Amino acid sequence: MALLELTHVHKRFGGLHAVNDVSFAVQPGQIKAVIGPNGAGKTTLFNCIAGTFPPSEGSVHFNGQPIEGLEPHRIASRGLSRTFQNIKLYPGLTALENVMIGRHCRSRAGFWAGMLRLPSTFREEREIRERSLEYLELLGIADLADSEATSLAFGQQRAVEFARALAAEPTLLLLDEPAAGLNIYETAEVARLITTIRDRGITVLLVEHDMSLVMDISDEIVVLSFGQKIAEDTPHNIQQNTEVIRIYLGEDDAAD
Amino acid sequence: MAPELFVQYLMAGVTYGFIYAIVAIGFNIIYNTTGIINFAQGEFVMLGGMLAISLNGLVPLPVAIALAVAITMLIGALLEITFIRWLDRPSVLRMIIITIGLSILIREVALHVWGESVRALPYFSGNEITTIAVLGARVSPQILWVIGACSLMVGTLSLFFRYTLLGQEMRACAANRMAATLCGINPRNMVTFSFMLSAGIGALAGCVMSPITSTEYSIGTGLAIKGFTVAILGGLGNSMAAVAAGLLLGIIEAFSVSVLPLAFQDAIAITILLIILFVRPHGLFGRKDAAGLKEF
Amino acid sequence: MARYLPLALLAIVVIVVQQIAQWSDATYYLTQLTMTAYYSLVIVGLCLLMGYAGQISLGHAGFFAIGGYLSAMLTTHDLMPYQGNALFKALGSLGLLVHQQDLFGASVLHVTPWAACIAAVLTAALIAFCLGIPVLKLKGHYLAMATLGFGIIIFRVALATPLFGEADGISEVPGFTLLPGLTVSGDFAARTSNYYIAWGMVLLTMLLLSQLIHSRIGRALRAIHGSEEAARAMGVDTARYKLQTFVLSAVLAAVAGVFLTHFNGGLGPSEAGIMKSVRYVAIVAIGGMANLWGALIMGVVLNFLSLRGFFGTYDDAVFGAILIVIMLFAPHGLLHRGILRELKNLFRKNGHGPA
Repeated sequence: MALLELTHVHKRFGGLHAVNDVSFAVQPGQIKAVIGPNGAGKTTLFNCIAGTFPPSEGSVHFNGQPIEGLEPHRIASRGLSRTFQNIKLYPGLTALENVMIGRHCRSRAGFWAGMLRLPSTFREEREIRERSLEYLELLGIADLADSEATSLAFGQQRAVEFARALAAEPTLLLLDEPAAGLNIYETAEVARLITTIRDRGITVLLVEHDMSLVMDISDEIVVLSFGQKIAEDTPHNIQQNTEVIRIYLGEDDAAD
Repeated sequence: MAPELFVQYLMAGVTYGFIYAIVAIGFNIIYNTTGIINFAQGEFVMLGGMLAISLNGLVPLPVAIALAVAITMLIGALLEITFIRWLDRPSVLRMIIITIGLSILIREVALHVWGESVRALPYFSGNEITTIAVLGARVSPQILWVIGACSLMVGTLSLFFRYTLLGQEMRACAANRMAATLCGINPRNMVTFSFMLSAGIGALAGCVMSPITSTEYSIGTGLAIKGFTVAILGGLGNSMAAVAAGLLLGIIEAFSVSVLPLAFQDAIAITILLIILFVRPHGLFGRKDAAGLKEF
Repeated sequence: MARYLPLALLAIVVIVVQQIAQWSDATYYLTQLTMTAYYSLVIVGLCLLMGYAGQISLGHAGFFAIGGYLSAMLTTHDLMPYQGNALFKALGSLGLLVHQQDLFGASVLHVTPWAACIAAVLTAALIAFCLGIPVLKLKGHYLAMATLGFGIIIFRVALATPLFGEADGISEVPGFTLLPGLTVSGDFAARTSNYYIAWGMVLLTMLLLSQLIHSRIGRALRAIHGSEEAARAMGVDTARYKLQTFVLSAVLAAVAGVFLTHFNGGLGPSEAGIMKSVRYVAIVAIGGMANLWGALIMGVVLNFLSLRGFFGTYDDAVFGAILIVIMLFAPHGLLHRGILRELKNLFRKNGHGPA
């Protein structure tokens, strides 16, 4: 059974048809990429999956259950975690605290428990801290744990965001342009990291601009253009697909 | 309800409605150039009225009003230059608190200058017992002054924004600040000017309403909340819709007097505000998708 | 453990101040300090809502007034005329009503303070809950105006309802006996014990809130403040936490209202006024928004000075001015580590002319 399945998803903003009848499935253990020129509707599609806004039409199934229209925090607690294209860390919190928020949906202490600091809360809090540190270590930034997250360098912020998303122990990780703003060395590092994540048993769906990254690591690629899916195939076949080449290189070049 | 009484309520509603619309337009002008809601908007109305009352002892009424409007505009500009101009991308919360602080300061200064007493300008034509017949009902001619002055302001403003260079520059700033800057417009000056403009129209409204409603140091908050209700009702940033919304609120309020105690009149506007905020925050007349767009 | 050090320090200061007042025969200060303590409850509650969850409320005086007015009304309004009513019979048999003699020796029937207090606080919580569901969906200016509107409605209702004494407010509110021998009242003899009741409540509140902000929920609240979208994507139920925080801070305001009303023996509509709400916001801002101790310290200092009449007729003007100056020059408040650096930068920038 597919881990994530989109069937005939549409998203309209007023007159703009940002996502137009997109269907595809993500199999467990895959790295799947969604590519397309600017404005193709990639991030909109992501937001429909993660629940930022509901799709106008169509359904999204996660683990066999419909999640379209659910609120983002409910989707997150079902095991779907994400990063953002323009990094969204919480200012004023340390890197470690940011990652600890990632553990939110894997812990339970409520208002009363927090105020009264019950022994169980105390234990849970310690567990959150330890697990969060492990994820910072995994990303090689444990030494930055106590720095304010938003004051870190761009690449480090991206790493904190990765750690935060992983700390939620997702079954599916959505990465929105993980290589945006990174140099080639950092991009290679991200590629290595994504495969590590997959090897830990986490399925990855990413939106990306950087072709080299996508072609190297993806098992399958979906190509969007003007909100529509125009191809879905392995990286090798996508590279041969004339329609895709036409979109990326322009009409004239493809005719040559 | 007797037809004369109906017309009387209607005229009262329209009068107040225009005042609310002017306050709402004041909100909109500043909101469009800055994205700020100026919580001190009601204080401009109070200042206009109070200054004109004080000046009226020294100079003829029309001169007093003109001076009061000019001084309030100057105060508006000074406030912007002193407190807002030099802030670097302030947060919304910070701006809310600063403009609330300004409204308190203006009110407290007014309290110490003019005291707690209720004052009023003389009627522009005739006196408080002069009436004219409108559709069979007897109403004060001052009502016509209010309606006339406010419609004139609305008309002039829409011509100003459409046809003058300055008005077009302000619209450009509202539409796209960056692009406007690249075209050689200084957005900071536009912000100062928007404060002047909304202070000016507020002050003029404060003058024409003073004979009917009286003026005291504390009228600002009530006007601000009603003006805001109207601005939201019409869709924030949309000034023409604000006129319609203002009339609607004014008329609802006027007729509510016949069912509810006067003390709860304010509660009506606020209840409408809360309902609108919950149900249609983009306003009665605005489309949800267009709510993000700003137009004068 | 460092977390509990300020609490211990506060406890010591509270005791030392009381001792000094005792020795120097200046126990009248304790009255103002007691009132200050109750206002501080409102302020730390609002600090949690504004500073940590990032939701402004310009209507907190409304919740204070709901608590104070309801408790005052229930404990002073004569229920004799309704004595035959089945509901009141039931209340009476539960021991919630009390017979007293009024000034003229006539027998009157009131609700007991305990029952009135619980009813007042529960009502405030319920109103906060019902108001919070729609209001907290709003942001920025909209939220500010909506809460301001709520505050004005409460003020108008207090001012226009005969049951609440209209412009005169309610007076002759009886003392509130918490435990035998421990009564919240303005009684001269009970001055010291009231001082300790009030500050005991502040200590307890500070203990609970400072544990809360360092818990999973506190972190989630700060995440909401930082980026609501990212908080939701991490599984934080933002609507629920904002609502819970709103209700919690409203409850604190209502409790403060109840206690202060019984301590003062009455309250008037100015307690529900907009200026009160603005004042609470001002103090939280000056304390540094996300800084419980900062809010508490600034709240104590400013409220005490204000109650001592230090600002004279410029009381409101002083709060307005403080609000502007702090927001212009030190938007993170006065009491935080970076304040010196921030001020230095400010003067350096101004040295080079406007930026």
